[in-house]
Amino acid sequence: MSPSLLELICPAGSLPALKAAVDHGADGVYLGLRDNTNARNFSGLNFDTKTLAEGIRHAHAKGVKVLMALNTFPQPATLARWHTAIDTAATSGVDAVILADPGLMAYAVKNHPGLRLHLSVQGSATSYEAIEFYRERFGIRRAVLPRVLSLAQVENVIAHTDVEIELFGFGGLCVMVEGRCLLSSYACGDSPNTFGACSPGHAVRWEQTPKGMETRLNGVLIDRYADHEKAGYPTLCKGRFAVGAETYYALEEPTSLNSMELLPEMARLGIAAIKIEGRQRSPAYVAQVTKVWRAAIDAVKKAPETFQPHPAWMAELNKVSEGSMHTLGAYYRPWK
Amino acid sequence: MNPPASILARLPALPRPALPSTFPPVLARVVDRLPSRPPSFAFAAAANGLAWRALRELDWSAARGKRFHARVRDLGLNLYFSVRADGFHAESSQRADVTFTASAADFARLALRLEDPDTLFFNRRLRIEGDTDLGLAVKNLLDAVELESIAAAMPAGLGQVIPHLRRLAA
Ligand code: SF4
Repeated sequence: MSPSLLELICPAGSLPALKAAVDHGADGVYLGLRDNTNARNFSGLNFDTKTLAEGIRHAHAKGVKVLMALNTFPQPATLARWHTAIDTAATSGVDAVILADPGLMAYAVKNHPGLRLHLSVQGSATSYEAIEFYRERFGIRRAVLPRVLSLAQVENVIAHTDVEIELFGFGGLCVMVEGRCLLSSYACGDSPNTFGACSPGHAVRWEQTPKGMETRLNGVLIDRYADHEKAGYPTLCKGRFAVGAETYYALEEPTSLNSMELLPEMARLGIAAIKIEGRQRSPAYVAQVTKVWRAAIDAVKKAPETFQPHPAWMAELNKVSEGSMHTLGAYYRPWK
Repeated sequence: MNPPASILARLPALPRPALPSTFPPVLARVVDRLPSRPPSFAFAAAANGLAWRALRELDWSAARGKRFHARVRDLGLNLYFSVRADGFHAESSQRADVTFTASAADFARLALRLEDPDTLFFNRRLRIEGDTDLGLAVKNLLDAVELESIAAAMPAGLGQVIPHLRRLAA
């Protein structure tokens, strides 16, 4: 079998979103169960055993892979929940599980030796040494790299490991300490790694005031938008804070990653898969974004030398972006 | 550089003349003066008639005992309702646990699955005030319903209208 190249991996927060991804050209979809075993633990989102079975059937009928994210860190009192989730993944016939916790990898290897393991971005492995560690100990087959590396650094990783490399292509940006951020926990006690969501809905309040729309996280004012200003997600990292005499985005601006123009370079490096962020979003988003990226990846595979992102693609992607603008993130930077 | 024709063929649809994004302000001012009770009743009746058969199987436990307020900004229309075991109910009190504010056209685009709520939120076209988690739960609950199953459960023939409406509003 030839190694994977630029597989398009799309988010599925619900069965209709999964079908939208499959029907618009995804090579793989990733999803999670309805609890804190994955990092998109939002009310009403995700899959139960019935929708999981139907989703897998729909995807496999069209030759599309299903990956299950089990990318949070189990807590001692509820460890059994994570083990059951791995058992569910294995018995339901998903093509791989995406794990961050080494303990869960050990459990998977011991109990389901045939199950393919991917290292989650939440595992925060940025060097080939770290990735090789997971391969030697647990036989991981693919690693999703954190969004902190430049393409030159990605190239160095690829040169030193046979583990497939998956990169984020598009979507919301964390402040880029994947797997290590405690900002949400600081404000409301719940963090992505354990609760399974950053800024969970119960802690978020939006209110229109005479000064503008205010976003609060557990009472902490994190931003105020004037009437025609674009809004971002209610996460602390994208808040505006008073630092000295200035109030500004002190940590990160609300923008989305869009690495489309780097596709030819990613193809040259042999990137196995491109991941689209957004399991929290609706089927409409999944359909829009999958369609555009399918066209772009097909185009780059056909003629990498002449590839350029079509303006209409970029406009479509900008439209659905947080902050309605995009960045190449760390991928393109001259310094290391 | 011009992309090859095959790429063009796969381009996402470019914007076409769409539903007006807002209704004439005069009309909105007129509607604004009307009491909210009759529209809430009309909304509940329409929602029950058209969609409840497909929606009643959903797990509405998060919505139990909660009151919703949809504010149609450009029409000045306020709909107050709750969701009970037997369907949508108009509420006469103006107290709500969560309020959604958008234009009529954007509510229509959301209902037809043409637009993602987060996109509208980023662009300040959708506002959610009050109990955010409740709003999120209902949004995700509705997202998990397949449009075809709503269409199939609609009264005779009406379901066929959905694909036409989607094309019109795209
Ligand atoms: S606060 Fe920002 S950086 Fe931290 S987990 Fe949330 S989204 Fe990511």
